Amino acid sequence: MNIPIYLDNNATTPMDPRVLEAMLPYFNEKFGNAASRNHAFGWVAEEAVDYAREQVAKLIGASEKEIIFTSGATESDNLAIKGVFEMYKDKGNHIITTVTEHKAVLDACKHVEKLGGKVTYLPVKEDGLVDLAVLEQAMTSETILVSIMYGNNEIGVVQPIKEISAIAHKYGALFMTDAVQAVGKIPVDVNADGIDLLALSAHKIYGPKGVGALYVRRKGPRVKVTAQMDGGGHERGMRSGTLNVPGIVGLGKACELCGLEMESEAKRLSVLRDKLQAELTVLEESYVNGNVDHRLPHVANISFKYVEGEGLMMAMKDLAVSSGSACTSASLEPSYVLKSLGLSDDLAHSSIRFGLGRFTTEEEIDYAIKVTKEAVTHLRDLSPLWEMFKEGIDLNSIEWAEH
Amino acid sequence: MAYSDKVIDHYTNPRNVGTLDKSSHKVGTGLVGAPECGDVMRLQIQVDDNNVITDAKFKTFGCGSAIASSSLATEWLKGKSIDDAMKIDNMDIVEELALPPVKIHCSVLAEDAIKAAINDFRVKNGLAPIESEKVHH
Repeated sequence: MNIPIYLDNNATTPMDPRVLEAMLPYFNEKFGNAASRNHAFGWVAEEAVDYAREQVAKLIGASEKEIIFTSGATESDNLAIKGVFEMYKDKGNHIITTVTEHKAVLDACKHVEKLGGKVTYLPVKEDGLVDLAVLEQAMTSETILVSIMYGNNEIGVVQPIKEISAIAHKYGALFMTDAVQAVGKIPVDVNADGIDLLALSAHKIYGPKGVGALYVRRKGPRVKVTAQMDGGGHERGMRSGTLNVPGIVGLGKACELCGLEMESEAKRLSVLRDKLQAELTVLEESYVNGNVDHRLPHVANISFKYVEGEGLMMAMKDLAVSSGSACTSASLEPSYVLKSLGLSDDLAHSSIRFGLGRFTTEEEIDYAIKVTKEAVTHLRDLSPLWEMFKEGIDLNSIEWAEH
Repeated sequence: MAYSDKVIDHYTNPRNVGTLDKSSHKVGTGLVGAPECGDVMRLQIQVDDNNVITDAKFKTFGCGSAIASSSLATEWLKGKSIDDAMKIDNMDIVEELALPPVKIHCSVLAEDAIKAAINDFRVKNGLAPIESEKVHH
């Protein structure tokens, strides 16, 4: 077992050695520009890109012509939201999303608002899922796009995508999903799920950083997005810029491997995750955040009441995890995702996200359980709040001096 | 962001963790911060008849820097007169622990906890609390 142990696979994943191997030739001997149509160097690169396009398309049940390569999911989200807004502005100016989306979606929507668009940010239920009735109420004749993430990055909840897309389509809107956390982890099928646009990223699925894709439906309906970057008209005119051939080859290989191994991996990881969660919720006053029945197989977000997340992570030596605590971010605000589930600030401050991955072993999980239990116990021994709780003092009865 | 060795030392081996009898008139208790803000410090002092602090204890809910700041404060308090203890400045803690700017509020909280504990002791013993004129930014 190698220390430290990486349990932050929602942030990024280590690259699979098989992906690296596939990429290597495209850095030097096969260095051609995929857009060079007049010599062998270009043809070799183009062939590699075409193959990768098929690999990506296959994983999500799409056709290879529907895949636009980008620099990552942030760009894909921006291209989809701003691009649809611009392309369909004659049809309407209303976009619906949720408060628990990734910042790439939320901030792209804020940009659209500055351009005169109207955006509805739907709340979520206590378990993190969208209330379908609330979504339907928000739909108007002006709604051109519904953008709701597939699986949440912080708590792992998986939204009812089929039902959501059906509502969007019923009102004539397109449905877009940021599927960064879901693709390659659980089955995603753009046709069965009714998805018109989908953002994905390589580095969350054991591929390289700096490359991703946007799926753009071509049939039923034919969807178009306005390019957000001017240039040579690559990627069917939707995304200019010389293609990142090694990155794209890596994304393709990563998708192929996920397609082959996802089913068994999901089973293996959910067993390990469930073990971790069961052992840690034995601790008093620990709570799992988000719906546990509709959840990605590799994620558990747990709040340990009366201890603070950053302090806890410091005690969880040799474990790389993340926290919804304010102290880990520059903002000093605890996680907006956890707060939108209705969690009080103190519980949001006390949360730890465990993100398992392809290289996580049972031995590592056993070690993580031990270290986390010790850390929680250690910090509760130091916690005045824990002492008060144990003495039966209602913390809400105390007048805290907010600072 | 990496922690300084001193923060890690205080965090790993916190000094003077515990609880003094808050009903004793020789004990001053300061409870500052709020759970919603992610840090709460409770600092207690035991004062002898010469107004010297003979013991200090803390418990803190917060990040590593908050725990280290309060642990360090208890070390500094022991053996000091309450008048000298009142002079402990948060910037002394910042310097000693090499806290980065984003963690300065932890030292402010520790200073507030010291002053709150002293004032609790003063009020219990019929003295007026000392208002701090200092403004933290």
